Amino acid sequence: MAGAMGIFVQIVKRDLRVASRQRSDLLNPLIFLLIVVSLFPLGVGPGPDILARIAPGVIWVSALLSAMLGLERMFRDDFRDGALEQMMLLPVSLEVSVLAKIAVHWVMTAVPILVIAPLLALLLNLPMSAWGVLWLTLLLGTPVISAAGAIGVALTVSLNKGGALLSLLLLPLLIPLLIFATAAVEAAVSGLSATGPLALMGAFLVITITLAPFAVKAGLRVSVN
Amino acid sequence: MAAETLENSAPTILLAASDLSSIRGERTLFANLNMTVRTGEVWQIEGPNGAGKSSLLRILTGLLPAQAGDVQFLGQSIRQCRDQYHQAMLFIGHKAGVKPELTAIENLEFYAAVQGQPLQAPPYELLAKVGLVGLEDIPAQGLSAGQQRRIALARLWLTQAPLWILDEPFTALDVAGIALLEARFAEHVATGGAIVLTSHQPISAARFPLQQIALRYQH
Repeated sequence: MAGAMGIFVQIVKRDLRVASRQRSDLLNPLIFLLIVVSLFPLGVGPGPDILARIAPGVIWVSALLSAMLGLERMFRDDFRDGALEQMMLLPVSLEVSVLAKIAVHWVMTAVPILVIAPLLALLLNLPMSAWGVLWLTLLLGTPVISAAGAIGVALTVSLNKGGALLSLLLLPLLIPLLIFATAAVEAAVSGLSATGPLALMGAFLVITITLAPFAVKAGLRVSVN
Repeated sequence: MAAETLENSAPTILLAASDLSSIRGERTLFANLNMTVRTGEVWQIEGPNGAGKSSLLRILTGLLPAQAGDVQFLGQSIRQCRDQYHQAMLFIGHKAGVKPELTAIENLEFYAAVQGQPLQAPPYELLAKVGLVGLEDIPAQGLSAGQQRRIALARLWLTQAPLWILDEPFTALDVAGIALLEARFAEHVATGGAIVLTSHQPISAARFPLQQIALRYQH
């Protein structure tokens, strides 16, 4: 047998290779994020004070929406070409394969956001003292989006036009994340400690990463039959 | 594990389905269906479109739960021994599971590795045999339907799984492809394997014993 770890690695390798051949799908959410963030100074006026005040919210809302853009891809293509069925027939618990899919989705969507986060902060004139906390909130929050998103995608993958339903299902679940993430950055901007909201985000992360694979598994079993 | 233990001469019961019933929507596809698949047997499930052939196959693989009844692999319910069963079973469905962005070799390497028999070298001989030579570097989406089907079916030459469950394996294949596949079936059952398949094509039964189940379209 290949073992759980071996299969995890194989799925990650294959999916990274597949993703590297669909570059436009990867770039689109990132370009969307950049456009939204760079439009805000034009829309609300370039006053540095206003921008700095809305920066945490703007960055987080656009990061959330851009992550939603590519979310469907996590299982949709695999569902269409039959790779999802084959994944469910691997000699390993489905949770392992699901974790691999979540990991790949996070690497392909969140890591680019983490890389350009300083640029976004600069565009919106976020005080440099808060950059570290912004980056931490994105680091803690994006895996939650990938993992919770996987549940929604698993439930809607067999629907033809599941996109709108997916957003309706997921956004309410992610609102607490948004609130604590922006609270942490705002605390840092005003020179307060951001430890509280960051700790709560860490708790979200642990809960979703450990429980989401089981929910995804149940969702996939309902969708694929 | 199963490949060695099953190659002895006495036929072993690989898969046993008892009292299976399936209901899709409000229609009963079949009820109280029993079948016993022994090593060395080929089972063909026949029936008109919509009779429940694919549903039956998917119940046998464990992808679809049956409304009633149980499927047992080597005497154990497949729900209890899912991982061992999936190790010993190869399913190629209506959707072949070939990633269109990857080449034939990359697709085959993935499936070989996750089944625990990673390829030591690119399988050029196999690709030549299944008629994909010269197309190694083309992503599968650039190939024809029949060629994509051949990528999926090439897994049959790489696997050591004793039980194959194949949904319409002959679809989109040309005459030579069908002959090649039937030869592989004969080889597989001769070495202690078993096959359950659906097909609208008549299978040349001379090469191996063929058991048939006919499903009727029920209103």
